Amino acid sequence: MDSRLGSGSAVAGGISALGRQTLDLVSEMGRMAIFLLFAVWCLILPPWRPSLIVKQINFIGVGSLSIVILTSLFTGMVLALQGFYTLSKFGSEGLLGPAVALSLIRELGPVLSALVIAGRAGSAMAAEIGIMVITEQVDALKTMAVNPVQRLVSPRIAAGIIAIPLLTALFDVVGIFGGYLIGVKLLGLSGGTYLGEMQAQVEMLDITGGIWKSLVFAILVTWVCCYKGYHCGHGAEGVGRATTSAVVLSTVLILVGDYVLTSILF
Amino acid sequence: MSQRDIEFSVGIFVLIGILALGYLSIQLGGLDLFGNSSYKIGAKFSSVTGLRSGASIEMAGVKVGWVDKIALDGEEALVTMRINDSVELSHDSIASIRTKGILGDKYIRLSQGGSDKIIKPGGLIRETEPPIDIEKLLGEFIYGKVK
Repeated sequence: MDSRLGSGSAVAGGISALGRQTLDLVSEMGRMAIFLLFAVWCLILPPWRPSLIVKQINFIGVGSLSIVILTSLFTGMVLALQGFYTLSKFGSEGLLGPAVALSLIRELGPVLSALVIAGRAGSAMAAEIGIMVITEQVDALKTMAVNPVQRLVSPRIAAGIIAIPLLTALFDVVGIFGGYLIGVKLLGLSGGTYLGEMQAQVEMLDITGGIWKSLVFAILVTWVCCYKGYHCGHGAEGVGRATTSAVVLSTVLILVGDYVLTSILF
Repeated sequence: MSQRDIEFSVGIFVLIGILALGYLSIQLGGLDLFGNSSYKIGAKFSSVTGLRSGASIEMAGVKVGWVDKIALDGEEALVTMRINDSVELSHDSIASIRTKGILGDKYIRLSQGGSDKIIKPGGLIRETEPPIDIEKLLGEFIYGKVK
């Protein structure tokens, strides 16, 4: 091709590199979409193995409890501290409760818990599936007529959908409690004002919106991490790269998806 | 960890999560699970500027209901309110739209009248007061109409 185009070869090479990358990107997106649809389809098909889902809820949900509680407590505390500073500039410290609760319920709860779970459980998911792929355990499952996607991927997605919204709700409640600790016990706001204003300002739409977000993030995290693990490269290096790109891609998708969801939902 | 232990800890986890979700939606979101029974009445206002559906309805400072929906009826605004069953309103009650604080949310304040007859579910409150229009008030103040 280069010889025929002569002097224009550098430009043509650049353009075809762009084309190749676009095609790669589009086909990767297509593969990911088919992977997700197939995994969800496998969830509906028998044989059903609820014990696999329970095991994954234990890993994703129970395992992330301590880190989620720690993160949310400090998030709520720092929100109260910073919010109090800003609100006291125009004398509306009484609105600290709604400020903390609304930021947590609408925004920080779903996003931060999804990020924490992507870091803790998502990376482990990608690495675990990746190692099963490179040590040919997935091929062994196939030879025993076990559908590897149904066995490995579907339970993780189902467990994520169940566990992550629950963790988000817990994140919100613990964060509100953290804000209460700082606002009421440290900064001397009245407890009635904090909780009462919060109840007056928070609406059901805020809560359902937050839960919708966390459901979408649950699918994103489990889907991306399982896909990256399942399609990892060769050897230990491939697993390492798959784990890294799983966490990076799910983080980026959570943050971008959060903007899109916020503009649609609220 | 045996299968039983896993199931137990997952059970505890789900329970905690559902409790958190319940606290959020019932305590903060005001979700009415047990159907705190209420009845509907309407009121016509010449203006409902700033009032939203879901706004609270108070009597003597106590919340007794909420605004169900707001619609246009001819040239006036028809506000449908839901009032708790335990509250009975007399025929000549007054509904006025007020503001919490200076810049706060709009709410409806009900004041009980003196009549013996009560308003039945589906009835109308006749006496209403629209919200105070601060811009109009300022204009009147500037042009010296307010004494």
